[in-house]
Amino acid sequence: MREIHVEKVRDCVKEMCIDANNNLGQDVVGAFEHSLKIEESPTGRNVLELLLENAKIARQEQVPMCQDTGFAVIFAEVGQDLRVVGGDLRAAIDEGVRRGYEEGYLRKSIVSDPIERVNTKDNTPAVVHFDIVPGDKLKLTIAPKGGGSENMSALKMLKPADGRQGVIDFVVGQARLAGPNPCPPTVLGVGIGGTFEKVAFLAKKALLRPLGQPHPSPFYAEMEKEILDKVNNTGIGPQGFGGRVTSLAVHIETYPCHIASFPVALNINCHASRHSERVL
Amino acid sequence: MAVKNITTPLAEDIVMDLEAGDNVLITGVIYSARDAAHKKLVDLLEKGEELPLDLQGQIIYYVGPAPAKPGQVIGSAGPTTSGRMDPYTPALLEKGAKGLIGKGSRSQKVKDALREHKAVYFASVGGAAALTAKTIKKADLVAYEELGAEAIRRLEVEDFPATVVNDAHGNDLYVDGAEKYARD
Repeated sequence: MREIHVEKVRDCVKEMCIDANNNLGQDVVGAFEHSLKIEESPTGRNVLELLLENAKIARQEQVPMCQDTGFAVIFAEVGQDLRVVGGDLRAAIDEGVRRGYEEGYLRKSIVSDPIERVNTKDNTPAVVHFDIVPGDKLKLTIAPKGGGSENMSALKMLKPADGRQGVIDFVVGQARLAGPNPCPPTVLGVGIGGTFEKVAFLAKKALLRPLGQPHPSPFYAEMEKEILDKVNNTGIGPQGFGGRVTSLAVHIETYPCHIASFPVALNINCHASRHSERVL
Repeated sequence: MAVKNITTPLAEDIVMDLEAGDNVLITGVIYSARDAAHKKLVDLLEKGEELPLDLQGQIIYYVGPAPAKPGQVIGSAGPTTSGRMDPYTPALLEKGAKGLIGKGSRSQKVKDALREHKAVYFASVGGAAALTAKTIKKADLVAYEELGAEAIRRLEVEDFPATVVNDAHGNDLYVDGAEKYARD
């Protein structure tokens, strides 16, 4: 059976925390460049130019693109034929986050208790989603998540009769309500189906898909396009200053659901749509 | 696109000249303060005590910067969501603050207080934090060191980019801008 030492996981998580925060993905840079061509508002274009310049500075000087370096949200797909040795896997992931945020000069934004609110001073613990998959590899994805856009996210248990239109109305309505707060142009992760907790997970997972890659099913790809057009027609625009580009992309993820249920969740990401992925 | 260069402290005629939608470059001193510092300042005011800084004509920037790397004045330093400061803002405007910088919508109470006290709310570009940090030339601790990234700092800025969202005349760029570019 293939073995992996937890120290390797720790070091990899450390590097990924820094990489995700300093180096904006080419998919997002490409989306900014495309948006510049279609944005009609001069103020909106100015914002997009500043964001491109910001991404360049962050990459060149190896500093975080945003001061909110986020909650370290980590997806770990563990191959069922892989044996993790040398210690506790979850603790190794947290240690990687601790080292990454310290050595990378990233902001520590986590409080130990939601009511007492004392900073843990090392950005731990991470939020880790484990999954067991076939094979003998470990796939790690880290997506640092900022507070501003997370705060504008929402979940609703619709009625099955609400159908396709119900989802569209919920997502567009929530994006309109969010307005300038989640740092538009945003990326919208939409979960549909499953259960109360599953639908929130789907919405988060939807944010991991590279921008510009539509849903594999033509039905949902069309729905993504329709929601994107409607959200952009709100006129909110880059940073909410007014304009034609409010969102860069809409990604839908679905799961079967109960005959009585129709859960839908919207997880909003700011334009700093950060993720880093490695297979060990 | 026209850009207005303004210097701090903000004189009343400068404030009254600013209109929602104006792009500005700010030079001078601004003060950082976010959630925890706001609570402490307003607690002092409620107890009738002195503030650790004179707010007359000053600009408050809602920011909790990333740690500075060796050789940096300050780490990445973009704005945080302003709405969380809404409950505290009218009291600080009453103490003479003339400008606020953050991102996102303000409450009606804050918008009313901006008109009443002749002050202005700017947004800087959320997420353009590496770029914004380059306009900060000096950062000195003023109060509440124990708050870490949330401490109040005196920031000397040169050509700090921002956009007027709520001016002293009651205009709101977030409302007007969206209306202008909305389509059915």
